[in-house]
Amino acid sequence: MTTTSSPDTKDKVATAQVRAKWRRRGLQTFLFITALVWLVPLLWAIYTSLRPYSSTAEYGYVSIGGEYNFQNYADAFTDGEMFKYFVNTLIIAIPAVIIVLLLSSMAAFVLARFSFRFNLIMLLLFTAGNLLPPQVLITPLFRMYLEMPLPSWLSSSGLFYDSFFGIIAIHVAFQMGFCTFVLSNYFKTLPPDLNEAAFVDGASVWRQYWNIILPLARPPLAALAVLEFTWIYNDFFWALVLMVTGDKRPITTSLQNLSGLFFVNNNLIAAGSLLTAIPTLIVFIILQRQFVAGLTLGSTKG
Amino acid sequence: MSASTTEIAASEKPATKRKSRFSLHTRRDKVMLALLLGIPAAIHIFFVWVPALLSVVLSFARWDGISDIRWVGVQNYEQIATIYPPFWPAVAHNFIWLGFFLLIATPFGMFLAVQLDKELAGSRFYQNAFYLPVVLSLALVGFIWQLIYSPDEGLINNLIGRTDPENLIDWLGNPSINLYMILIAASWRHVGYVMILYLAGLKSVDPSLKEAAAIDGATDRQTFFKVVFPVLRPINLVILVITIIESLRAFDIVYVTNGGTNGLELLSTAVTNNIIGEASRIGFGSAIAVILLVLSLGIIIPYLFRTFRAEAKEA
Repeated sequence: MTTTSSPDTKDKVATAQVRAKWRRRGLQTFLFITALVWLVPLLWAIYTSLRPYSSTAEYGYVSIGGEYNFQNYADAFTDGEMFKYFVNTLIIAIPAVIIVLLLSSMAAFVLARFSFRFNLIMLLLFTAGNLLPPQVLITPLFRMYLEMPLPSWLSSSGLFYDSFFGIIAIHVAFQMGFCTFVLSNYFKTLPPDLNEAAFVDGASVWRQYWNIILPLARPPLAALAVLEFTWIYNDFFWALVLMVTGDKRPITTSLQNLSGLFFVNNNLIAAGSLLTAIPTLIVFIILQRQFVAGLTLGSTKG
Repeated sequence: MSASTTEIAASEKPATKRKSRFSLHTRRDKVMLALLLGIPAAIHIFFVWVPALLSVVLSFARWDGISDIRWVGVQNYEQIATIYPPFWPAVAHNFIWLGFFLLIATPFGMFLAVQLDKELAGSRFYQNAFYLPVVLSLALVGFIWQLIYSPDEGLINNLIGRTDPENLIDWLGNPSINLYMILIAASWRHVGYVMILYLAGLKSVDPSLKEAAAIDGATDRQTFFKVVFPVLRPINLVILVITIIESLRAFDIVYVTNGGTNGLELLSTAVTNNIIGEASRIGFGSAIAVILLVLSLGIIIPYLFRTFRAEAKEA
């Protein structure tokens, strides 16, 4: 608001300033209320989870009074055997994130730094693959997983179906599209002389990738690692269809069992849901910068 | 299109040498390059594109996965369109989902981003509140909102006093309203997602553009629609594509609510319900998947065409 203030326009400017002030206040109020409304579902879940079922049964759900404690969390954790499901998730998510970053950085390195005949087609394929709804592939994939054997030390079922290995494989293959797209955009921004200097020095392609390009890509790799961990952690669908043994399912998919187990006890369901949310809430609080960077890396370029 | 643009890109390369020339590399390096791209590409194609194409093949078959495959032509498609009850509701619901996101959730997320970009006092708090649901899974969002919608134990009915069996509102059980209730819950997350993406875009706009518009006497609204919005075209496109794809992908939140039945049928749940559990109608499920595939590619291909053509021009 830097308007020229000649005497005759002074009044106008003053009223404009007053109006702007009120507009700003209105906007503040609107944002404040909307933000509170946005927090209600989570706050309500927290409130419900802190009350024993007996208190809500006595006073009603929308009420104050009775006991407040963490018993629901303890019950959900032990009765729901949630520790087991958390471990299952880690068995899937940690290798999946590492492998997908390794493979997609390899592909992105070649696609962004060398002019290959099929570069554009490959990049199109990766990007399009990442946008497909998973349900488009699930029926044949389900059949393929039932036909494809794995050695017994990798899979107790002897198949891709119902194995951690199979779930990791589909996460890696499916997430690779997004990561390759993001990383190849990043690699294109690195100066081209990097390769050429290394090439003149006689560095092999592998050394150019591993010792020169990859170390420079730490920021996007960190952002993608956080984002991919969250996405794989949050996956519900692949394990729902491709993992039949309940005990091997990851935490998000096993939420389904939880609700069956705690039928009509909303207090326990609230506690179980919030326990499941904890790792992603940690991402929200501590790794917010990387998570947002990962999200926006894919959109700001391209 | 892509083949010809590759040719052009390749033929123009020698003049303006930016990337390393392939022919100068040793045989070992060539093998290494082929492996670096080949291994990821093979995995991606085998697990994503092979099944996607097999969906098309199997959609012309009748197969329960045990007895022999029978090829039946377009019979699956005919039956889906004529005698499969969940199909037309699923199509309608996917389009309602898309309409709701496109007309309400996405614009609201963009609106919030524009307001937060003004950096009023407390912006940080507002931003965190809107963005918080984005880290949660849609399955979890479904559970959290069940605590609000539940007929006798939920927040809404308890607040408005409709918990008696004769007057309670079954928000998620009544097929004429439950889709919209789910859409509100899904928007809780989608709005934040759009807000984050758009805010990042707004921050990247050169501030001198906005200042120049303000000096010319443009109001906030004019500045946004005439200056900022056109500059952000690439991000607008990304947000449009994300909105459409998310609407076609919608699954988890509906599946945890009731498995995609009773007013909540979607194409994604129809595919899944044909293979999961006791059901094993592989050809039938594949045919629905192909319909979903065609809808998705109808969005994906034009998007990629635009994006990569611009990129080929730049290079």
